[in-house]
Amino acid sequence: MSTNWFRYASPATFYPLAGTLVPWFAAGAAVLTAIGLYIGLVAAPTDFQQGDAYRIIFLHVPAAWMSMFLYVVMAGWSALALGYNTRLSAMMAQAIAPTGALMTLIALTSGAFWGRPTWGTYWAWDARMTSELILLFLYLGVIALRNAIEDPRRADRACGVLALTGVVNIPIIYFSVQWWNTLHQGATVSLTKSPAMASIMLASMLVMAFAAWFYAIAASLARVRTIIVERERGAAWIAALPEVRGAA
Amino acid sequence: MNTAAATMSPVATDTVWPAIRWAVARDLKLALRSRTELAVQLLFYVIVVSLFPLATSPEKGLLSTMGPGVLWVAALLASLLSLPRLFAADFADGTLEQIALSPYPLAALVFGKIIAHWLTTGLPVAVLAPLLGLQYAMDGEALFVLTAALAIGTPILSLLGAIGAALTLGLRASGSLLALLILPLYVPVLIFGAGAVDAARAGLGADANLSLLGAGLILAIIGAPFAAAAAVRIALD
Repeated sequence: MSTNWFRYASPATFYPLAGTLVPWFAAGAAVLTAIGLYIGLVAAPTDFQQGDAYRIIFLHVPAAWMSMFLYVVMAGWSALALGYNTRLSAMMAQAIAPTGALMTLIALTSGAFWGRPTWGTYWAWDARMTSELILLFLYLGVIALRNAIEDPRRADRACGVLALTGVVNIPIIYFSVQWWNTLHQGATVSLTKSPAMASIMLASMLVMAFAAWFYAIAASLARVRTIIVERERGAAWIAALPEVRGAA
Repeated sequence: MNTAAATMSPVATDTVWPAIRWAVARDLKLALRSRTELAVQLLFYVIVVSLFPLATSPEKGLLSTMGPGVLWVAALLASLLSLPRLFAADFADGTLEQIALSPYPLAALVFGKIIAHWLTTGLPVAVLAPLLGLQYAMDGEALFVLTAALAIGTPILSLLGAIGAALTLGLRASGSLLALLILPLYVPVLIFGAGAVDAARAGLGADANLSLLGAGLILAIIGAPFAAAAAVRIALD
């Protein structure tokens, strides 16, 4: 029994599939967030060094993971779109970009609010913070280029080339910033020196990471549905959709 | 339609060198016929560099510390300012379309244009650097390392910049968009370039930084012409 996955490469077949999946992933994200936050905020003990401030990491670390991972996923969809010239892949890349930028912003802001009580400063030119900031610029560049090009097919391919250029550069940027950091700064602050994490904290963080995954999938799928309706609005199957007929 | 595959398809290698030579010669000739434009871009670099002591302090210790960074940031901005010249005029009058239609590989033609762009913007910036570095009270070794780093690093700026310049062809507010797209990608060049001088001043030797810049240059030469050629094709249809 084999399913032909390429069947779902067409917006017309993917649109209802995404519609079915969105509530499941959204519900999964809500449940996982509730569990993760309960473990993180109630069950986990107060850290004897950092007090309660450390609990920000239950939001911060999953957001930071997703921010980097989503850029790679976006570049992967872009590569598919450029290689196979599939519209849906480009739409997926387009749908992921705002969620990725949001995750980067959450990681940066939550990091700042964690840094204030822990390091005594909102911002330090730490290697990870700096590369995360540059990652935010890369996301914003992709989104801005998308908005600047009126023809969606040209925008697809231009953003694809940009995303792939960015993904080649991300490791180089990361290592260059890390090296610059060690050259310039003494070990005033260090994320890596934090004490070994208790397993209950790790559990909360992993649950929250899965919640972030589910949220990102749900948000991207919901957004890609909007993009499909917007871009395929001339197609007959769109006009026949109950939600489109109801709105007209 | 498949632009990426089309630009990377195997071509007869005997067309690559003539294509590069032709593009370099043509763009150099065009650039040298508008010498004022080149001079103005170079002046921009000189002026930006001259502004920093006015904004901070003329104290020699501070100047020699921040000098390499200032010169590199100014080089990045000068490169950014000159990037539209790479394709915009050819795009506006249709020449770029004819270039893309020629039987020669587009990546080679684009590479030639990039070389000409570097010869007329990056190279003068590197050549002027020792003079401007003297204003920043930098000593002989630091000046030498700075010039070497700029000579290796500025071609990377032209190569990466060509991708952004091609992607933003014909768009509204393409200048500021180009800055947003390209400056984050310039970060490693800035770090290794300015870091080379810092390392030399700290007695660590600049070899590691310069080697990394060289590796980046090789990587950019391998990848950027193809990406820029793909971007040109995207802009044209």
